[in-house]
Amino acid sequence: MLDDKYVAAGFNNKRGGVDLKQKAIVMNPKDNVATAITDLRVGDVLFESNASGQSLAIRLTSDIPFGHKFSLSKIEPNSPIIKYGEVIGISTTSIAPGEHVHVHNVASTRARGDSGRKAKK
Amino acid sequence: MSFLGYPRKSGAVGVRNYVGVISVGLCANDVVWGIAHRVKDCVPFIHGQGCCQTKSDLDQVTRTLISLGWNPNLAAVLLVSLGCESVPIEQIAEGISQSGKTVETMVILKEGGITSALARGCQLTQAMAVEATKAKREEFPDSKLILGVKCGASDTTSGLISNPAAGIACDLLISKGGACVFGETTEFIGAEHVLAQRAATQQVGKKIMDIVGRMENRAIDIGDDLRGGQLTHGSVAGGLTTIEEKSLGAISKCGSKFIKNVYEYGERIQGKGLFIIDTPGREPEFLTGLAAAGAQVIVFTTGLGAPQGFPFVPVIKVTGNPNTYKRVTEHIDVFVEITDEAGAAVAGAGHLLYQEALAVASGKKTKAELLGIGNFCNIYTTGPTI
Repeated sequence: MLDDKYVAAGFNNKRGGVDLKQKAIVMNPKDNVATAITDLRVGDVLFESNASGQSLAIRLTSDIPFGHKFSLSKIEPNSPIIKYGEVIGISTTSIAPGEHVHVHNVASTRARGDSGRKAKK
Repeated sequence: MSFLGYPRKSGAVGVRNYVGVISVGLCANDVVWGIAHRVKDCVPFIHGQGCCQTKSDLDQVTRTLISLGWNPNLAAVLLVSLGCESVPIEQIAEGISQSGKTVETMVILKEGGITSALARGCQLTQAMAVEATKAKREEFPDSKLILGVKCGASDTTSGLISNPAAGIACDLLISKGGACVFGETTEFIGAEHVLAQRAATQQVGKKIMDIVGRMENRAIDIGDDLRGGQLTHGSVAGGLTTIEEKSLGAISKCGSKFIKNVYEYGERIQGKGLFIIDTPGREPEFLTGLAAAGAQVIVFTTGLGAPQGFPFVPVIKVTGNPNTYKRVTEHIDVFVEITDEAGAAVAGAGHLLYQEALAVASGKKTKAELLGIGNFCNIYTTGPTI
């Protein structure tokens, strides 16, 4: 169930919001991104029920193609991006909730010979 | 449960019954190809190595060719060399014959050239194929299977459904006393700590960290990064952002059992349970590594629809991407669907894959086998061509 705050804000099933579980997958409760399992559009509103009964509404700020990720919360620059409960990269800029999370705003930290790091022997 | 296979003198069980025509060095490839495409029930193994390489690479090629010859899907082997390469054909023949198989050798320069070698090779393999086809399938327990697992042309569905499903299939086989082998060390980067925690011993855990460090340092040493090569453009378009994300999704394909040991490329695995071979992720080298490890069947998950097979090991293609399944149905043996009941969907898909592996082991052909895809293999080497 949606809590009153989100119903008051107009985020409910009848008003066009959809259950995030049907449109995207969150692999681990620690994750700050979800993966779209269908093509999603800018402006789509998704809600999620979590363990404490709270609901979280996300309004997508860009189109999210099938298989791509979007942010579940505001992510500061140089912060870890978490999927599978593990760090998959570092944000290169500030990322808003509902924003596309991909190579334009996330960098890998591994096997980066271009970063000037010396190989460990 | 059980499957129908061909008993071999080594005690292993084949799920196919081919005469292997194996190129010892790249200069023999054309003759191997000609023989294997003339005589039925023969399969070619051709590659780009075996000459003008460093000692350690030549040793790796030798070891790999011996292990390939041991693969129980081959009933007998013909080794073909040009005659001036650096890999020793007689040593390879001796190594394979310890499996109890018939092994013949042929040196093109001693035969008087290409056409004579083609003729004699056809005669030799025809005689071996006549013997091989006398074998009948018999029933064996699942514990006789070694399953290889691989993911390729990945997208985000690989980590969401098809890799976790392959992992369930691995767990099922190991719980029945079988063995599973995986690798693709490049795709441990960012997930090695998760794998190391699952090592059966501290020593194996350290080996896992070591092979990942070795692979990562190769990229760093040349002042380059992996981006552009790993991830591929296709994987990025499919939604994968970093090698860490790909790795964390990739390792779920090996299930949840303890990792018993880590082997070098080209080594045959010993014993039952879950094993790693140190390999890159690219198909021509990695599928060869799995075949050399002793895998009789390979489960290969793909997001985008990779078509690869292998000449003598059936490769079962699995995707969780419905668009891929629709677009390239002819590449895909099993479609596993993502639903909002993620856990149940993965478990169901895992059982489906396991049943498919047993059916293929018993003789059902894969789509790659029927299309004849996967003949252009290679052997992994790390040094320069000299």
